[in-house]
Amino acid sequence: MVRGAAGLILALLLAPLLALIPTGAAHAVDTLCLPGPEAACIAGTIRTEDGPLADVTLTVTDEAGTEQEVTTGETGKWNLQLDQEGPYVVKIDTDSLPDDVVVTEDEVTVKATFGATRPALFEVRTESYSAETSKFDELVQSTVNGIRLGLLLALASVGLSLIYGTTGLSNFAHAEQVTLGGLLGYFFVNQQGLSLVVGGVLVVIVCAFTGWFQDRVLWQPLRRRGLGLIQMMIVTIGLSLALQYVFQYAVGARTVRVEQANPEVSTFGPVTITNQSIVAMAISVVVLALVGYALLRTRVGRATRAVSDNPALAAASGIDTDRVIRLVWTVAMGLAGLSGLLYALVTNGIKWDSGMQILLLLFAAVTLGGLGTAFGALLGSLIIGLVVELSPVLGMPGDFKYATAMLILILLLLVRPQGLLGKPQRVG
Amino acid sequence: MDDIQFILNGMMREALSPQTAAVAIAVIGLNIHFGFTGLINIGQSAFMLLGAYGFAISIWHGLPMVVGLLFGFGAAFVFALVLGAPTLKLRGDYLAIVTISAAEIIRYVGRSALLTDFTGSAQGIPGSQFRDPFTNLSFFGGGQFTLLPFNYTDVADGAAWLRIIGWVLVVAVIVLVVQRLRKGHAFAGIGQAALMLGLIVVGLFLLFFLFPVPNQRTGVNGWWVRFIAWGLVLVCTLLVYLLVRSPWGRLLRGIREDEDAIRSLGKNVFAIKMQALIIGGLFGALGGMVYVLPASVQPDSMGRSLTFFCYTALLLGGAATIFGPVLGAIIFFAARIGIKYTSAAYVPDSIMNGQQTEQFSYIVVGVALMLIVIFRPQGILGNKRELRFNV
Repeated sequence: MVRGAAGLILALLLAPLLALIPTGAAHAVDTLCLPGPEAACIAGTIRTEDGPLADVTLTVTDEAGTEQEVTTGETGKWNLQLDQEGPYVVKIDTDSLPDDVVVTEDEVTVKATFGATRPALFEVRTESYSAETSKFDELVQSTVNGIRLGLLLALASVGLSLIYGTTGLSNFAHAEQVTLGGLLGYFFVNQQGLSLVVGGVLVVIVCAFTGWFQDRVLWQPLRRRGLGLIQMMIVTIGLSLALQYVFQYAVGARTVRVEQANPEVSTFGPVTITNQSIVAMAISVVVLALVGYALLRTRVGRATRAVSDNPALAAASGIDTDRVIRLVWTVAMGLAGLSGLLYALVTNGIKWDSGMQILLLLFAAVTLGGLGTAFGALLGSLIIGLVVELSPVLGMPGDFKYATAMLILILLLLVRPQGLLGKPQRVG
Repeated sequence: MDDIQFILNGMMREALSPQTAAVAIAVIGLNIHFGFTGLINIGQSAFMLLGAYGFAISIWHGLPMVVGLLFGFGAAFVFALVLGAPTLKLRGDYLAIVTISAAEIIRYVGRSALLTDFTGSAQGIPGSQFRDPFTNLSFFGGGQFTLLPFNYTDVADGAAWLRIIGWVLVVAVIVLVVQRLRKGHAFAGIGQAALMLGLIVVGLFLLFFLFPVPNQRTGVNGWWVRFIAWGLVLVCTLLVYLLVRSPWGRLLRGIREDEDAIRSLGKNVFAIKMQALIIGGLFGALGGMVYVLPASVQPDSMGRSLTFFCYTALLLGGAATIFGPVLGAIIFFAARIGIKYTSAAYVPDSIMNGQQTEQFSYIVVGVALMLIVIFRPQGILGNKRELRFNV
């Protein structure tokens, strides 16, 4: 029972992504309803947690009492074009449902408007499924998902924070490195047929090289020219825009997957998680621990922190700041690429603007933890990941889960502008 | 030759489009933020979206248009207050991060299925639901209309030499106008101003002569909305001209150059920044309203990309200048369509298919934004010394 519920939650989380993946077998040609100035549409999908239901009959009644019937197609989809606005009652014919399927409420009212498609939603379930999952189980599952998202964000945001710390630059193109990692994974593993491990190592190497290369041909010359930080930030915006469309140029607007096979799932008590996610979390923890160790214990890590604290003083005490910054760019971009690859594996696909969607979460994480502090970025990422995954459980509408994360950021800036781990100094 | 005519006509249509004018208005607002005050607002699209929502939702629900305008401006006003209060006392990049986050929050809220009755969720509000009160105001009548009653096709059978001479003249006039604007005293004295206006009129006349653009008089996307849109651009430009010449405008520049110096003069820097944020935001809201008039309110079409396009247009034309935003917006949109059509016409489909030409044009936009900032931060009209500010 519990397992079924967790499976449903997971399916709901993954459903939008799966819907984007071209299924190849597009045999079910559903009649299409196009809303226009004189036409309104109502539409919906009848599906249980097991899959869509075909040949379910629905009756649509208008205010005057005229009835129209529609039947769902093979994908469980149905729609109806209407030539009048107003409320319509949509009733599901329970006799046409398979025997083991129940519907919680068999009647909904939809307000049709010209030029728009309105959804009519029915909660349809098989009898074996129970909606009564305990709140606690849901909370545990979401917490695990939140930590998973947080760790993936942390991989990217630590780099973002280090770049900010050493150069003062807010790199808006950082998210494109995340996308690049995922897309390279698609290219190496899915297209070229390399194994996941070899492909993954290649992705990180290529991404790290792009970081080195970027600093060599773009950022270092710009620093030497004395270009202002705001101007440089706008350069990163331009780079981000250009890269996004390069990705779209290369693979199109579709979602691509790193591995074709469906991931296997393990269950621990109330938590259901794909094996890939477990490995991804393990890799993230190990890599983050290595980065933390390097920053705290090694010579070059201390140099990085010194440049972060005060570049002029660091340079005066004999640290080659340019070399440190070059290294930071290389490592940061490699980490971002790794994060993108893992993100593509965990969320089962990546597309040209996936990175852009998490960019704001990255910025929220970095600012929350304290701009420029690597450990703050880690902490901020975990908080943001948990907020994003937990807020729907705690009552926020699912549409607002990203918005909640940013709202928290804005509220925190009101009371503690330097972030959680930032040093309290006068800013501005 | 036909290809070239097609490309040029497309560019001309885009340059005159009301949406170009709408973006120009938003860029004028952004210029107050970024150009004059040095505030990095990366959420101008949210101001536009709020203006558009306030306007469209009110009219959709049967309120008069004036109330719609008030709601649109009111929403942008409140948004600016909410954004400014926590961030204007902080270093500049905090404002950047907060504005871009807040813009996304607005977009997510607009997309939310919970608010379908108000915002139409991700599908948005179709233009037919809110356009009528505006088109009903039109006194342009119905039917088609070409701006100039005669054009190059009437003279010498539209011979190629005529068009070439015409183009050369247009380019010459544009260069002349830009050079006069760059010198900065283009409008000093009545004689200079008259000469300038004369040049602009002659340039427009030549353009319309060379590329006849027939359009509906009123219609969805006709001369009426163009007339109002470009009229508003003119009014906004004039307003900004007056604003930045005032003592208040000098304070803005002062804050951009050295905040502490202005503070030491006893001025309330926070209040002035807030005023600048609000005023620029109101221009953004107005731009948003104009932007949706010939189209529909769609949250996803007014996202981060639109803000980035605003920045490209602003930096192209020249930040901290009066005419920069307008010139930048026109060139930006015309050039993008030019690139798209040119690559569609001359690059074979095997290398670049129809969809890819669109993406290619955006790649060029991104690269152009980088190159402008690196090599010519003052844009076409700007003054390099004005753009040295930093956070």
